[in-house]
Amino acid sequence: MSLLSMFSYHFMQRALLVGVLVSLCAALLGVSLVLKRYSMIGDGLSHVGFGALAIASAFHLAPLAVAVPVVVAAAIVLLRIRGSGRVKGDAAIAIISSSALAIGVIVVSVTSGMNTEVSSYLFGSILSLSRGDTVLSVILSLAVIAVFLLLYPRLFAVTFDETFARATGARAELYNTLLAVLTAITVVLGMRMMGALLISSLIIFPALSAMRLCRSFRGVILCAAAISVVCFVLGMAASFAFETPSGASVVVMDLLAFAICSLAGKKN
Amino acid sequence: MAILKCENASFSYDGVCVLEDVDFSLNAGDYLCVVGENGSGKSTLIKGLLSLKAPAKGRIELGDGLRRSEIGYLPQQTEIQRDFPASVREVVLSGCLNSLGGRLFYGEEEKRRARENLERMGVEELKDRSYQELSGGQQQRVLLARALCATKKLLLLDEPVTGLDPVAAGEMYNLIKLVNLCDGISVIMVTHDIHEAVRYATHILHLGHRQLFFGTSAEYKRSALARRFLGGSAV
Repeated sequence: MSLLSMFSYHFMQRALLVGVLVSLCAALLGVSLVLKRYSMIGDGLSHVGFGALAIASAFHLAPLAVAVPVVVAAAIVLLRIRGSGRVKGDAAIAIISSSALAIGVIVVSVTSGMNTEVSSYLFGSILSLSRGDTVLSVILSLAVIAVFLLLYPRLFAVTFDETFARATGARAELYNTLLAVLTAITVVLGMRMMGALLISSLIIFPALSAMRLCRSFRGVILCAAAISVVCFVLGMAASFAFETPSGASVVVMDLLAFAICSLAGKKN
Repeated sequence: MAILKCENASFSYDGVCVLEDVDFSLNAGDYLCVVGENGSGKSTLIKGLLSLKAPAKGRIELGDGLRRSEIGYLPQQTEIQRDFPASVREVVLSGCLNSLGGRLFYGEEEKRRARENLERMGVEELKDRSYQELSGGQQQRVLLARALCATKKLLLLDEPVTGLDPVAAGEMYNLIKLVNLCDGISVIMVTHDIHEAVRYATHILHLGHRQLFFGTSAEYKRSALARRFLGGSAV
């Protein structure tokens, strides 16, 4: 079976389209999140997403329509907690994410039983994308990319030095919230394909790999975007060729890319 | 003409007063050093001056057409910045953020300003280098160039020579004095280094949870407070 034949399947076309766009979003946002030490937020949000998807499926609701608002709300809460300094930020994320995971597992086991559905939520499945999901995913990810590109100078200033940006009148709070909301949307979109346990790697890996190679912010962003998309496509191809789970295959490709970039970075 | 006036300002956190009755004014061209021990309220005052924290009592007023967002601030470096992948050009350009207004991207005018300030700080040859590869002294010059992009009137510097070797620190002090004298930009600098403060500044503000002294450097040198703070050594 030739590798090119994977493009002839409808579900593969859908998965590739959504996947490439989500990989792009994740890489763009990931650079800011990693640099701001917000990486764990992506991880926490994916667990909240799992809980939301479990509840949506239990009540036969449209999965994205439930998960997007819930995860966006969680993102805003997490950001507030981190900013207030009353509860340790990482502890707060751990509490929220494991609670959401626990609630999700209970809901699923009570309603449909612990079956393949749970596994597809946790580890992803490219078969889970419906036509409506695909359209919504494409629109949302294009919006994320557009917002990121248009606000680039502001996002850079807020990422590099939040205090300076605030002192010169930038609404840092607003841009932090925006970053969190965009991340929430990206996490939900990517989660069903990549799985709740694996989606955060899509945010973190490309940024880290790109930072091994590039020394300017623009360079890191472009490089992360390229690495992310290439790894996604290669991961899907590997998954198709060797019949391995798609989400996990993409993550392994990201790991390989990270190893190569680390080696190349050391040589330089 | 006063470009900044602090009238009996007090600041508190969760109802606990950390800095009381600060009352001073800064005229165009002044060079004010804010001194005091750790925890004396220096950082709080900076937040107040930048409008990042509202005074619990009293008020802070700007004059001479200076706007809140037009104070050139040089913060203390954070852990995040030291290994941040950004080119020097990108960092300096981000100082022009307050002149973006409703526009999305920097224009020719901002790019020109960034270039000029890099030259002014003598680091134009570093413009394509990565910020994280620079020495501490070079990083501070780049951040000073960024601060200059944000202002035409007032620089606010938070311990700008901390962590620098004596040579780099001396160069930094000279650059700041030069900007103050040649461009007429007023300076407020928080520092630990009282000897350098009285050497370069025109005015001194000494804090210790409240205002212990405000006046010219010459007056400060004669004060009993200065003698005690300097450990009896002559200034």
